[in-house]
Amino acid sequence: MSISVTSQFPIFKKYKKLVYLDSANSSQKPISVINAIDNFYRSKYSNIGRGVYTLAANATEDYESTRSTLKEFLKAYNGDIIFTKNATESLNLVAKCFGENFLNSGDEILLSELEHHSNYVPWHFLRKKKIMIKFIPVNKDGNLDITNIKSLITNKTKIISLTHISNVTGKKTPLKKIIEVAKSKNIPVCIDGTQAVAHTAVNIKELDCDFYAFSGHKMYAATGVGCLFMKDKWFEKFNPFLGGGGMIQDVDIKNITFANGVSKFEAGTMPAAEVISLKFAIDFLKTTKIKNIEKHENELISYAISKFNKMKNIIFVGKPDKSSSLFSFNIKGIHAHDVSTVFDQDSIAVRAGHHCCQILHKKFNIASSLRVSVGVYNVKQDIDALCESILKCKKLFKIQ
Amino acid sequence: MDLTELYQDLILDHGQKPRNFGKLKLYNHDAKGHNPLCGDNIHLYLNLDKKGIVTDLSFEGSGCAISVASSSIMTEIVKNKSEKKAQELLDAFFKMIKDNNDLKKIDLTENEKIKFQSLSGVNKFPMRVKCATLCWHTLKAAFDNQKQPINSEVID
Repeated sequence: MSISVTSQFPIFKKYKKLVYLDSANSSQKPISVINAIDNFYRSKYSNIGRGVYTLAANATEDYESTRSTLKEFLKAYNGDIIFTKNATESLNLVAKCFGENFLNSGDEILLSELEHHSNYVPWHFLRKKKIMIKFIPVNKDGNLDITNIKSLITNKTKIISLTHISNVTGKKTPLKKIIEVAKSKNIPVCIDGTQAVAHTAVNIKELDCDFYAFSGHKMYAATGVGCLFMKDKWFEKFNPFLGGGGMIQDVDIKNITFANGVSKFEAGTMPAAEVISLKFAIDFLKTTKIKNIEKHENELISYAISKFNKMKNIIFVGKPDKSSSLFSFNIKGIHAHDVSTVFDQDSIAVRAGHHCCQILHKKFNIASSLRVSVGVYNVKQDIDALCESILKCKKLFKIQ
Repeated sequence: MDLTELYQDLILDHGQKPRNFGKLKLYNHDAKGHNPLCGDNIHLYLNLDKKGIVTDLSFEGSGCAISVASSSIMTEIVKNKSEKKAQELLDAFFKMIKDNNDLKKIDLTENEKIKFQSLSGVNKFPMRVKCATLCWHTLKAAFDNQKQPINSEVID
């Protein structure tokens, strides 16, 4: 394996047996990120964007430099990045603000059957305005079928919102082709990049999407921070998402004017320490190099798929993709939660359930599945341990 | 923790070949239960006669081995017992699963006791308590003819 960073993650020192295969849910944190939070509260803490004293100015600078670091990391030069609570809030912001000013009765939104609930439920709310939601279908391999994309995108389609990488199948969405069609019809595109940012190189400028949502906690930073890239033109076109301190320009008894740019969308005290931790997480990703991470994770997933293919009674959810950091499966005849309990006895953490993707699970006629997702710290032995535990599980349930 | 304590042969058998499975032709009480995190779901049907005896009951649905086995065993034990007795069993079941209480005082045949107690291993697996208790919550809802489905996230 080309990288060896597991020793930088304290949790694996505390739990020596831990086989953590749930990074798609949330990643573990490297010591640099943990220290950054500790250090900020110990020696740098102040609220940001408020005081004029030195401590506040320095804290604000750290916070703002995280934004610049992020923009550079994702080549997000044609817009800016708003900090939110999580990727879910980022997507809610787009759905609410776009829906408010740009959607009317009879308009259509195009999503896909692969979407996480966070990229469906916020749009569902707009059905109250008699907005139609259409879905790009998934084929039997679990891939998006875009053969009919030109007819799915009609002259009523007002926005397209899609996942970058499925959180169930691990498959990349053919964004380039879809965005090309969207651009030709002047339709804005929103991308849920939650499963992409820590696993593959993301170039927002090249993608040329209007919105790109993701979260910090899945990319080795603290919980409590979501991000939303928004192309410059939307900052003025959208009304504020939440109201409160920090997002205003002037307030009097009758009228309120709002701040410009990112401030307009960052109401109230922001999670400064958590945001700053994201800067250190990106430093970690940059030092390890996203190319190396992708190669490492793809090797682990290829290794797992080839081992799984040799076992009986394994049913994948769709066709697993070797160029990925995750896949989902079931053991025929054993419920995912029973399997997960057996895994837990061997200190193996995987996600069991519908992974907030009920549409996809229903499409495959299953209620739940087990998801294996790797991170930068996983090693081949983790996959070996997983396969051992599968055999143990089959033995317990008397299945071959 | 020993997994064979949780997944006893009796549980695996009921999990794979549930008894009283399917919809009753004649029933006067029913209720639905749902565990939104796991996706477990159950629809329970029962026939309560004028004397308050559960003359028949059955269930439909899907779920993990624990939830299906617990439903199957519950239907076997509750059949031909009074509603009052069923309520006592429900309380005893929750005490066994949640507080690890033993069942010395409970009035069941030896065979019934073995089945009932086969689920006691769940006590050591707190994440799985909801799987075992969903059917009993649903039984209570069925007696009350509650229209709103039971949601294990709200109850346990």
